[in-house]
Amino acid sequence: MTGAAIEAIGLNKWFGEGEVRTHAVKDVNFSADFGEMLYVVGPSGSGKTTMLSMISGILRPDTGSVRIEGTDIWSLSNDQIADFRLHKIGFVFQDYHLFPRLTTVENVSIPLILQKHDWDEAQRAGLENLEVVGLGDRAHLPPVKLSGGEQQRVAIARAIVSRPDILILDEPTASLDGDTGRNIVKFVRNNILNDRRCIVIVTHDSRIFEFADRILMMEDGKMTGIAEGGTHEE
Amino acid sequence: MFGILKIAYKLLVNDRAKFAALLMGITFAVFLMIEMTSLFSGILSRASATVINIGASVWVMDPAVQTVANTIPLPDYILDEVRSIPGVKYAVPFYSGTSLVKLKSGVYQAVNIIGLDDASLYGRPELLEGAIEDIYAENAFIAVKDSEFYKLENPKVGAEFEINDHRGSIVGLAHVVSSGLFGVPTLYTTYNRVLQYIPTSRFTISYILVEPKSAQDVPLIRQRVAKAGYLALTKDQFMDKISDFYTFHTGIGTNMMLMTVISFIVGLSISGQTFYTFILENIDKFGALKAIGAKSREMVLMILFQASFVALTGYGLGIGLCSLTIWLARLYIPDYAAIIVYGNLGLALIMVVIIAGLSSYVGVRKVLTIEPFDIFRG
Repeated sequence: MTGAAIEAIGLNKWFGEGEVRTHAVKDVNFSADFGEMLYVVGPSGSGKTTMLSMISGILRPDTGSVRIEGTDIWSLSNDQIADFRLHKIGFVFQDYHLFPRLTTVENVSIPLILQKHDWDEAQRAGLENLEVVGLGDRAHLPPVKLSGGEQQRVAIARAIVSRPDILILDEPTASLDGDTGRNIVKFVRNNILNDRRCIVIVTHDSRIFEFADRILMMEDGKMTGIAEGGTHEE
Repeated sequence: MFGILKIAYKLLVNDRAKFAALLMGITFAVFLMIEMTSLFSGILSRASATVINIGASVWVMDPAVQTVANTIPLPDYILDEVRSIPGVKYAVPFYSGTSLVKLKSGVYQAVNIIGLDDASLYGRPELLEGAIEDIYAENAFIAVKDSEFYKLENPKVGAEFEINDHRGSIVGLAHVVSSGLFGVPTLYTTYNRVLQYIPTSRFTISYILVEPKSAQDVPLIRQRVAKAGYLALTKDQFMDKISDFYTFHTGIGTNMMLMTVISFIVGLSISGQTFYTFILENIDKFGALKAIGAKSREMVLMILFQASFVALTGYGLGIGLCSLTIWLARLYIPDYAAIIVYGNLGLALIMVVIIAGLSSYVGVRKVLTIEPFDIFRG
């Protein structure tokens, strides 16, 4: 696939009113391509999560636009944006947000069920994706029976089960020890990223910078620069 | 759509502790509501037992009568007046009252005495033993074999007792549709024998039982009876009047209503609170679902399905528990008055739907206000 996967143009976001009004994201412009693994890094409160929410169709920017595969997502209705997210974007949340009362494979198949796929078909696809992340034998356990790293991999399987073009990972190593975190991101780099997919990772964990293609740096709501990534250890 | 509901179902039932608490709350509330209202239905039905058992189409009475047991004797000329109304096929005198009988053991027992018109025996019961003609025999009474029958020391045909210094003799055993409210046995005899055996006031007719030529004649009969200063009611109207008396003038209706409302509040509190906690515990997951691409209406559907599933399951269990309780109670207390009618079930269903609606409303509000951005923000 060619062309920009994501284009952020003049993004601004304010929170609050009056004296407590805060300019959280200030005129951010960037693009990310298919086949690219882009990191958004910066200290806590730098606006990276707000920016990530705007480019993934979750938080409406006050000014500016976001184009994903050429579609201005903020020109769509709320239902259309929800559909767009469901079909085009996969999310891996910092705390995973897996349903503890569902089995692992049921958790993974949720995006397909929301896409109105047949239950059995969704479970089969869920199982295949669990096998991709190496957890095929844990399919019928509840997530609480898995380690943190395994839960992270279940969350990744859920994010990729509907074959989204864009994958958003929010602080994927925050709840993991150093080695597990590195292994997870290395796994994503080697197995999930392909030339039809763009991956955006928000992190402040410098130990995983080596897996990035580019690193977008933010501070105080502003984009302060873009750097080349690391060595992409295979 | 089926897949989303299946997820909702699994989220609900796999949280066993909360699911059990929700079910218990609803089941308990339904059980109490149906138990209370069925007791009330039973009382109302028994209060009208004589009206049901006699089965006359139209009852003529003093306007001050409030229940069938609270008789105010009518003068004989009213019987002639009623018989002269066009549209009356026939009209007969009827006696209903209480008396004391002395049983063979020497025990005095209060009884209901029903005096049937000698000529027609209109309103006679279905006989289990004996022949109806025997009611004309000397001292003849027919005992009703219901839950109070044992209080007459389970007499057989031929058994004797004393009533107001007269000898009474059981010539038959009968079955009636409904037992009375006051827990006393019932004896049938003829109207004229009642007048001979039981001290009465100057007027002796408790009610005049009327059979109209057709249903269209009832308004005219009512009008003519009213003109004479009395009241004619159809069987259903009389039963409604009795129900109204017990519902609004005795405190029974108010107490039952209070208990039903309390049951409703208990059910609402338990299930509402538990359901809200259930939603709160999963709120971040619902937010994640929204972020993934679930629409608000799908979340609402999931919550409504969960609330409805719990409500209907609890409703079924509550009905089952109540039926079981009534069945068990009747094994040991034969005249236990509770009866479950469609009205009780309908009322409980409405209450349960309100409980489910209010419980899901708070859940829906919470889920609709969660923003996917909050999930990212942590």
